[in-house]
Amino acid sequence: MANEAAIINVVARTSLWLQPHRIVLILIALGLVLSAAFFMRWDWLPQYYEMGLIGIWRSLWILAVTCVLGFLLAVPLGLAQAAGPFWFAAPAKVFCTVIRGTPLLIQLWLLYYGLGSLFPQYPWIRESWMWPYLRQAWPYGVLALTLSFAGYEGEVMRGAFAGVPKGQLEAARAFGMSRWKAFRRIWLPQAIYRALPTLTGETVLQLKSTPLVATISVIDIFAVSSKVRQDTYLTYEPLLLLALIYMTITGILVFALGRIEARIPNKIG
Amino acid sequence: MASAPCPTCSIFPRHVCRRRSRRRLASTSGATLIDALLSASAAGITELLSPYPPGWGGALLVGLLHSIEIALGATCLGLLIGTGGAYGKLYGGPVVRDLLAVYTTIVRAVPELVLILLLYYAGTDLINQALTAMGYQRVDVSGLAAGIAVLGFVQGAYSTEVIRGAILAIPQGQIEAARAYGMSPGLMLRRITLPSMLPFAIPGLANLWLIATKDTALLAVVGFYELALATRQAAGVTKAYFTFFFAAGVLYLLLSLFSNLIIGRVETWSRRGMPSLKEAR
Repeated sequence: MANEAAIINVVARTSLWLQPHRIVLILIALGLVLSAAFFMRWDWLPQYYEMGLIGIWRSLWILAVTCVLGFLLAVPLGLAQAAGPFWFAAPAKVFCTVIRGTPLLIQLWLLYYGLGSLFPQYPWIRESWMWPYLRQAWPYGVLALTLSFAGYEGEVMRGAFAGVPKGQLEAARAFGMSRWKAFRRIWLPQAIYRALPTLTGETVLQLKSTPLVATISVIDIFAVSSKVRQDTYLTYEPLLLLALIYMTITGILVFALGRIEARIPNKIG
Repeated sequence: MASAPCPTCSIFPRHVCRRRSRRRLASTSGATLIDALLSASAAGITELLSPYPPGWGGALLVGLLHSIEIALGATCLGLLIGTGGAYGKLYGGPVVRDLLAVYTTIVRAVPELVLILLLYYAGTDLINQALTAMGYQRVDVSGLAAGIAVLGFVQGAYSTEVIRGAILAIPQGQIEAARAYGMSPGLMLRRITLPSMLPFAIPGLANLWLIATKDTALLAVVGFYELALATRQAAGVTKAYFTFFFAAGVLYLLLSLFSNLIIGRVETWSRRGMPSLKEAR
């Protein structure tokens, strides 16, 4: 019985969503997609298929690494601003302001072209173990994207840390928890719950920033599409496919993060 | 249309890209490299950044001016699209609403860089095809107009959401009172809806303005001359990469900080007559 009720519910919701004008719109969209598939040139796809997959993988990898590292960096940044003494709070605030006040493209170029052109002056850097990495482009891309994510998310974490009610922390201390344990068990989890809704948005924004690494010659999916454009002299096909790929990734990200968010208790305070 | 992309980096137009020179720089032996860098630093940072011709400061300032022009234009266009979009989403028919939902969703899901390329090529192509179909000559669309149109289209999607939320936040009684006085929709928009949604919309719109100033840097990729591209050219010619990108960063930061100052003033002005934020809490 419960099953039937659920099915009826789903059918009712679907019929509510699938109004006549929507069916027409969906048909028009399908027609556009089909005409694009038939009348545009897609014969280059098999040749660049593998390269594209590697590009997508690289974009996703950069996204994951920079988000995780950036978030780890954002926690101390937020904490320093919310509760730190002046000499911690001020540098953290300056860092967040600078990162949020300048374009990511300039930060990326400053690190790659600017710092990258200063390093070879010093023989000890060229002889160190870091040199093989410093000569490649991706460490600069990862560093710039990590710092950017940390800057934006640090500001969010500041608000989240400040928003946790004082009474909770006092209660934890009254239970005899050490400061570290109170932070680990009470303060940090509640701050993360508060920051989660914005985290989805920030992750999508970060995904939309990843194509910038193509300008410093990291071969991500955007660079692959640029290469296709340059090899085949096609303008629209690679770009349209690229837009579709990014939309798909965004959709999956929003869905997955939404599921995680729904699992977390939303009664706060 | 932009010229063919550079064969080495395949992203920037050929005349813009300096990547080849950097490759050469990185691969030469250490001694010549240090010489090159020393000569750059010996020229003196102040000389490099001086606003008069041997220095590149003037070029950077012209680039900054172009950036501000585009950001202003794009924000204004975005506000127009956003107001229309918000009205369509709130009061439009079912088809208009769905189309607007598609517009805002797509624009917010695709990276700005991809949208800029796509709209830039598609826009110039469409205009030229329309002109040739009507029997006119092909024209080169000015970079400024193209940049404003493309960024404005992107900003429009974000402003639509901000303004829609702000209109929803207006106390319903105000709109009902306006209707009761027999105001026409146009008059109501001008006298009631726009002024009373302003305090709710300003924080979001201010954020959008800051994003717009930073997004102008992306137009460097389609070869439009603004601060990022000016910096890239200056750095490529003088090989003083760090100095110039640092200077550009400072200029962008000053623009952001100055904007924040103005925004603060505008926010207090738009909230005049309302309880202050602290009391409201």
